[in-house]
Amino acid sequence: MAQKAKLQVTLITGRTIEQGVGKERGKTSPKYIESVSVCYMDPEDMKKIGISEKTNLLISTKHGSVVVKALKSLRAPHPNVIFIPYGPWVNVVVDPETHSIGMPSLKGIPAEIEPCSNQPVLSLEELLKKQFGKE
Amino acid sequence: MPVVKAVTCPVCGSLCDDIELTVENNNIVKVKNGCAMCESKFLGYNSEHRVLRPLIRKNGKLIETSFEEAIRNAAKILTEANYPILYGWSSTSCEAIRVGLELAEEVGGVIDNTAVVCHGPSLLSVQEVGIPSCTLGQIRHRADLIIYWGSNPWSAHPRHIERYTTYAEGRFEKSAWKGYLNKIKALLAKKKIESSIRRLFLKKKPTVHESISKEPPETLSRKGRKFIVVDVRKTKTAEMADYFIQVEPNKDYELLQALRALVRDEEIDVDKVAGVPIECLEEVVDVMVNCSFGALFFGLGLTMSKGKLRNIDTALSLIKDLNMRTKFVLMPMRGHFNVTGANTVFTWQTGYPYAVDFSLGYPRYNPGETTVVDILLRRESDAALVIASDPVANFPTKTVEHLVKNPLIVIDPHMNVTSHMADVVIPSAFVGIEAEGTAYRMDHVPLPLKKIVEPPNGIHSDEEILRRILAEVRKIKNKNEEEA
Repeated sequence: MAQKAKLQVTLITGRTIEQGVGKERGKTSPKYIESVSVCYMDPEDMKKIGISEKTNLLISTKHGSVVVKALKSLRAPHPNVIFIPYGPWVNVVVDPETHSIGMPSLKGIPAEIEPCSNQPVLSLEELLKKQFGKE
Repeated sequence: MPVVKAVTCPVCGSLCDDIELTVENNNIVKVKNGCAMCESKFLGYNSEHRVLRPLIRKNGKLIETSFEEAIRNAAKILTEANYPILYGWSSTSCEAIRVGLELAEEVGGVIDNTAVVCHGPSLLSVQEVGIPSCTLGQIRHRADLIIYWGSNPWSAHPRHIERYTTYAEGRFEKSAWKGYLNKIKALLAKKKIESSIRRLFLKKKPTVHESISKEPPETLSRKGRKFIVVDVRKTKTAEMADYFIQVEPNKDYELLQALRALVRDEEIDVDKVAGVPIECLEEVVDVMVNCSFGALFFGLGLTMSKGKLRNIDTALSLIKDLNMRTKFVLMPMRGHFNVTGANTVFTWQTGYPYAVDFSLGYPRYNPGETTVVDILLRRESDAALVIASDPVANFPTKTVEHLVKNPLIVIDPHMNVTSHMADVVIPSAFVGIEAEGTAYRMDHVPLPLKKIVEPPNGIHSDEEILRRILAEVRKIKNKNEEEA
C-alpha cells in the first residue's frame, strides 16, 4: 500500500457562527458538537493528501493528536493553514505554553495532518473519558 | 401578547440593547432585531440541556440532590482547600462578580476571569502603554475608517458592523451598506459573465485566486466610510471589506511594526512584510493618515498568536503614532457579554483586572504566576469553583487534567462540558432572561440586563447562590474557630 500523504500545516483556532449558535443552545447539543469536531481546509490541501469532504482527518502536534472531520473551507485560499473552531476536540492539540503571561498559544500552532479513515471521530463522552477518565 | 422592548442581549460583548421579545405564558416565543446567536439564546435557553436540580457526584456518578445539600458541599470543598481557584465570571452580572470576589477573599483563593484566555495580553499591554479609546457611539457617528485586525465580527459579534461601525447610520458619517450591496451585485454580474464566456468559448477551468493581497482598490480613495480587514484567512468579514490584507500566521508583529515605520515616514528595505507587498502597505498607511477619525478593532488573532501582548503593545504604539497625524482610537473586541464588567469589578474591588490571588490575605497580581492556566499547568490548586464558563471546552487538555482531578464545583444554567466533570453542579437562572443585573459593553458602557421571565422553580440567580455559599463558608469557619 502506498504511504499515506502527510502535510505540515499551521493550525488556527477561532470562532464560527455555527459554534456560537451551538454554544448558546447547549454545550452538549448535537449542533455544538457537530460545529466543533471539524477542521476547515483549503481545497488544494485536501487534494494534496488525497481526501474528500467529510473524511476523517488525524491532526497531530507535539501536544497530542485528535481525529476530526475535514471540511472544505469557504474562506480559501489559505494554503497550509487549517482552522478548527474552539472546543474540546482542538484542546487536545493546542499549545498550553503561556510564555509566563497566562495566555496559552491557541493560534498559529505547527501541526501535521493525514487522512485516517480507520479511526472514528470520538463522541464528546468518549473524548472526555479518554482524556480525563471521567464521564 | 406582551412585547418587551429595549432588551439587552446577554451573548457577546456588543451588548445590543434594542432587542424586542414577545412573551407568552412565561415563555419567549419571538425575537426581533437579534442575530443568530441572540435568537439561539432567547429561544433555546430552556432546552433539554438545562439542569433543573442540583447534582452531586457519588460513586463516580452525578445524582440529584437538594439545593441546601449542594451549597453545603460547595462550601465544604472551598473551606477545606488550601489553594482553590474561582474561575469564569464573564457571563454573569457585575452584582454576582462582586459577591464572588468577597468569596475568594474569604476562602483565600485565586479568582480569575475568562480574559486570561482572550484579552488578558491586551490588559497587560494597556497597563504598559495606555489606550486611546472612546465609546462605540462616537465611532458610529464619527469614524470614517474602520479596521478589524485578527477579528471576525461576522461570526463572533454579528451585529457589530451594522450597529456601531461601517454599516451604521451615523450623524456625521453615513452607512456604507448601499455601497456594499452595489459591490456584491457587480461581483455577481461579473462572475456570471465570466462563467458564460468560459462555458461558451474557452472551456477553461476557473483560475485560482491569488492568495497574496492585491493592490488596494480605488474605493479606498473615495469619500465616506472605509473598511479594512487584516487576517490570516479571508473571513466573511474580510469579504465585506473594501480592502483585505492577508497576513501570514504569526507575523502580525512584523506587519504592525512596518506600518509604524511607514506612518513615521521611515524607509523599509524589503519588498514584502508578512507576505504583504510594501506598496500595498504604503497605500493603506496613506488612507490611515488621511482619515479624520479612524478606529482599529482587534481580536484574538493578535492576543493568541506569536508575540501575544507584544502584538498589542505595537498596535497601541501604532495608534499613538497615528494620533500625531490624525485622530485614531483602538478597541479590543471583547467576547463574553460581561467580560469587560468582570475586569471592571475586579479592578474596583482589588486593584487588578484578572488573576487575583488572595492566598496571602491581600490581593496579589502576577500574570504568569497567578493566572489560572499557569496554576493548573504547575498543578498547584486543590479545588475549583467554575461559574458562567466552560474551561473543559476551552482550555488546553493539559490544564484540564489537573482541574478535573480535584474537587470541582460548577454553577451554570446549562449542563456544559465542565459540568460533566464536576463534583457539585448548582443550576442557576440565566442573567438577562430570568434574573436582572448589570453588564459592561466592550467600550466600558454599563447597561442594565432585564428579567423577562420567571426562572424554573427552585432555581436561583448566580448572585443568590454565591451569597448562600459565602454565608455557609463563614458558618463553617466560625465553627472551626470555636472548636479550635
